[in-house]
Amino acid sequence: MNLLEYHAKTEILAPAGIPVPAGAWCENPDAAANAARRLGQCVVKAQIPVGKRGRMGGVRMADGPDEARAAAEDILSRTFAGHRPAAVLVEPRLPLIGEFYCAVLQSPRDRSPLVMFSPAGGMDIEEIAAAGSGTVARHLVRDLDRFDATAAAAVLEGMGVDHVKPALADFLARLYRLWRRTDAELIEVNPLAELADYSFVALDCKFILDDAASFRQPALTARAVADPLTTIEQHAAALGLKYIALDGNVGVLANGAGLTMTTMDMVSHFGGRPANFLEIGGDAYVKAESALALVLGNPNLRSLVVNFCGAFARTDVMARGVVEAWRRLKPTIPVFFSVHGTGEDEAVSLIRSEFGSAPFDLMEDAVRAAVEAAS
Amino acid sequence: MTAFPILRRSDRVLIQGVTGAQGTFWTGHMLGVGTNVVAGTNPKRAGVTHLGLPVFASASAALARMEVDIAVMFVPPQAVKDAALDAIEAGIRGLVVLTEHVPVHDMLAVFSSARASGARVVGANTAGLVTPGEAFVGIMPGHNTNIFRPGRIGVISRSGSLGTLVCLNLTRAGLGQSSFIGIGGDAILGTTTEEALQALDHDFRTDAIVLVGEIGGAMEEDAARYAATMAKPVAAFIAGRAAPPGRRMGHAGAIVEAGAGSYASKRAALERAGVTVVDTPHAIPAALATRLSPLVPERA
Repeated sequence: MNLLEYHAKTEILAPAGIPVPAGAWCENPDAAANAARRLGQCVVKAQIPVGKRGRMGGVRMADGPDEARAAAEDILSRTFAGHRPAAVLVEPRLPLIGEFYCAVLQSPRDRSPLVMFSPAGGMDIEEIAAAGSGTVARHLVRDLDRFDATAAAAVLEGMGVDHVKPALADFLARLYRLWRRTDAELIEVNPLAELADYSFVALDCKFILDDAASFRQPALTARAVADPLTTIEQHAAALGLKYIALDGNVGVLANGAGLTMTTMDMVSHFGGRPANFLEIGGDAYVKAESALALVLGNPNLRSLVVNFCGAFARTDVMARGVVEAWRRLKPTIPVFFSVHGTGEDEAVSLIRSEFGSAPFDLMEDAVRAAVEAAS
Repeated sequence: MTAFPILRRSDRVLIQGVTGAQGTFWTGHMLGVGTNVVAGTNPKRAGVTHLGLPVFASASAALARMEVDIAVMFVPPQAVKDAALDAIEAGIRGLVVLTEHVPVHDMLAVFSSARASGARVVGANTAGLVTPGEAFVGIMPGHNTNIFRPGRIGVISRSGSLGTLVCLNLTRAGLGQSSFIGIGGDAILGTTTEEALQALDHDFRTDAIVLVGEIGGAMEEDAARYAATMAKPVAAFIAGRAAPPGRRMGHAGAIVEAGAGSYASKRAALERAGVTVVDTPHAIPAALATRLSPLVPERA
């Protein structure tokens, strides 16, 4: 889950003593103009939970109220990578003499927190890395309780920042503690601006909260930007199911993320187009009935493939759910089954008695039949 | 000395959370195939006997009375960190974390502790380990002989359901399995694809390996670098070719972001390394049989 820049600055950085520009949250052009009247030369930034805003025209310089109003009007009327900005952030333009890249994230390869720093901030990290070797410092934190200013100072060695090293080291240590306390997957300050008096201001902040930790981060969770979901996706989320709407006409119901993705892949492989991703693995396997009702709620559906391979999930329980949903909703589209694994015998006999034929032995054959029926 | 993450019948197993509904159901199946389960834990039910096993308050309490090689966790997400640290501090060197949705920071603490103690973690969000004919731990149908048969193919899978399907296909084609290693669906894992591949490469009971991957992350690319150095044949299937970018496909790790973790990148890396990448799970046994025929002439 991502937080907007404004919330990351005001609710995470500022309370931790990290200076941020005195910006204004503006939901309409008039508010942006008023803020610019107060701030003078300013920058108007789209509040969207995705990166590369600048390149999409979501960050604009404005000299005075009229330009701020025009910039806000334009930004608020557009969508950026599928996101309509909730507001613009209007901030004063600061006279900076340096820009640094600072981030804390986790490294899957090393199974450790990773602290990153570059004296060439202001660009995407991919661009900084591409610009040449030696410009990015990467430090893995092996003992989670040990990353203090002394350790951070060592990371900054050879980065050409000796004139501000103690203050930068203190900042990195603070950012790391913040990353831990907030259950962040990523906290990135880019750029951290250096002002003429060698003080620092966080000009931008990207923050991603670990979904799995939302139970102990209620305040940040409430601030997180929800994914833009379709109606069916919202219903699924309310039922605790993961449904992703796709643009095809072959419905997919399977158990487990890997098998469900594979079923979608097979629909596509045999020349069809999947209508959805919906998995009922894990504890959700007992929800087969409501899951199927969701899939059938899609008016584009022409056929359905049900692919179960039970390990943890019992195929007999899932098959019963399918049968009950079928009796209740009486759909008219054809359905094609493949069922293997835990509870297979009961599941197969149930499907045979209810649908008049046994499941396909190979899931590839079930998918191929569903694709043919849909075309 | 255990071969973990390759499971052996001699491995002594502790089930943390043995008395819950899932712990009870799956431990019953594990015992049924001969897995050497020696005890269980439940902080509130120490002293009782469950499924014929002694129940202790903690891993430390169990280790005071017996030796244990592997801890298997049937505990809720919020309890995983404490259970895992308990197992590591008690001296257990192999951990299997089945739980899904464990906070990333909790797993980082577990990995840090495991690294300092020389313990290895499999998971989180793994379906478990199966060595057909010997033992299984986790939530796999390791007791179903239509799916798992003893043999010489090693299988590595991020997904339990898809891994099960792949083993079923192998068994039907007459190719039994030396070991199934479920590594898990999370973005950060205690045992990566590459580490599982190394374990099976060094296993003298394994002749060839099937790698069942998914979009997201860079584990398949990392494993490809190792596969390029291997003599044993490797076949792979990567799930998520038709998945839309930017969406998390059920598993926390299954997401293509900013061009990283794509199907194309994984397939290209594996093929460059000499791995046979197939388009459908059904094609795996044939791909392997072709690569194996010079090694096992009696099948030719």
